[in-house]
Amino acid sequence: MPLLEAKNIKKSFDKTEVLKNISFDLEKGQVLAIIGSSGSGKTTLLRCLNYLEIADSGKITVDGDVIFDDDTHKLKDQEIRERRLRFGLVFQSFNLFPQYTALKNVTLALELKLSKKLSSHEKKEELLKIEEKGKHLLDTVGLSDKYYNYPCQLSGGQCQRVAIARALALSPDILCFDEPTSALDPELTGEVLKVIKELKTSDRTMIIVTHEMDFARNVADKIIFMSDGVIEEEGSPEEIFENPKSLRLQEFLAKPTF
Amino acid sequence: MSFLEVTAFLLDGFWISLLIFAVTLLCGAPLGLPIAFCSMSKFKPIKAISKVVVWIVRGVPLMLQIFIIYYIPGLLFDTPVFSYVDRYFFLNYGIQDSGRIVAVLIAFTINYACYFSEIYRGGIESISKGQYEAGYVLGLTKPQIFKNIVLKQVIQRIVPPMSNEIITLIKDTALANCIMVCEIIKQAKELAATKALVWPLFYTGVFYLIFVGILTIILSRVEKKLSYFRS
Repeated sequence: MPLLEAKNIKKSFDKTEVLKNISFDLEKGQVLAIIGSSGSGKTTLLRCLNYLEIADSGKITVDGDVIFDDDTHKLKDQEIRERRLRFGLVFQSFNLFPQYTALKNVTLALELKLSKKLSSHEKKEELLKIEEKGKHLLDTVGLSDKYYNYPCQLSGGQCQRVAIARALALSPDILCFDEPTSALDPELTGEVLKVIKELKTSDRTMIIVTHEMDFARNVADKIIFMSDGVIEEEGSPEEIFENPKSLRLQEFLAKPTF
Repeated sequence: MSFLEVTAFLLDGFWISLLIFAVTLLCGAPLGLPIAFCSMSKFKPIKAISKVVVWIVRGVPLMLQIFIIYYIPGLLFDTPVFSYVDRYFFLNYGIQDSGRIVAVLIAFTINYACYFSEIYRGGIESISKGQYEAGYVLGLTKPQIFKNIVLKQVIQRIVPPMSNEIITLIKDTALANCIMVCEIIKQAKELAATKALVWPLFYTGVFYLIFVGILTIILSRVEKKLSYFRS
């Protein structure tokens, strides 16, 4: 059974149909890259998975649990919060919390989730564990010397790596990236892409919306090409890049890069 | 009258100015927050009421608002509440102007709360949507996001406009003399009228200047302390 199943996802803003009947699935440990030109609905799809937008209709399940269906509109906030934790999201513009150090950015959510019933001694122990976990995550993304730096003291690439560690802190089933390198200078994209690539080695399931074609080709197990709110073509990197069937994908891939 | 005597006499008034300043700040600053939330409410009627109140309070001279608060109970209900309070405290405790001061405090607090609310609103609305979204995807609740993520950034952003408003406030306290509250300008006018001394009126400026100087130092320290991050 696939880990993630999305069926017939539809989403409109006012009268503009942004997602027209999107269906796809993803196995555990797979990396999915979503490519396509601007305005094709890639980001909206990702935001629907993360509940930042509520899809109009369709069904999303993770590991058999319903994350979204037509009854979701009636859900309480608490339920939505729990369901959205199945996904982590790394934003294009990082959205780090500027007033906290890199470490605190990673640990904040875990700290806030600590039960209020803990005794002060237990709480202290838990906080220590959380701090260790935060440090470990920052080590994973290669920032072991930046625990106590504020976001304004970090480069864009470092910020995005903190954001990745932050998204990993809550151990989501599926980690999503929304154009993680689009806001970065070209010389900084490499370090972020390298980190994402390294994350793949474990059995982590990831969805990456990206414009980095080489990266998609090298890292993804599966690629979806979106155009105009529909999945125009999907397949393995070889199928998509070596043997594109649809005209639109051919055009998209043929566009010169400057 | 010697210089020292004049200074002491004016200081008697300046304590009243400082009292109005402190109470307005302590009551008006917190009161501005619910007004700001009402102005940003998604529930249209509340938003509309709040906008109209802010429009009226900011649209009418503060002096007029002091008159309105002070005289309205007497005109509407035939009970000049504030004069009663005045007389009661004067006869029983020898305290002057207590009712008038209360009227001034009410007018000032409402007036400044409305100004503060607009500063808060501007600050809160200036925080990018991405900060909230980052909180949501981490599974935080709205109150957690406001308290732990947004608030400090808002405070950092509103310190400069708040400093401006706070500095204006100490000088606005002079308006209290329109209903004969013995703040510092009223005291100086008293000297001009009874002792034919005009220079104390100009001398009052020194009191304001010193106080504003202290405020400026404190507020810029606060600003500096909050500048360790850039949002």
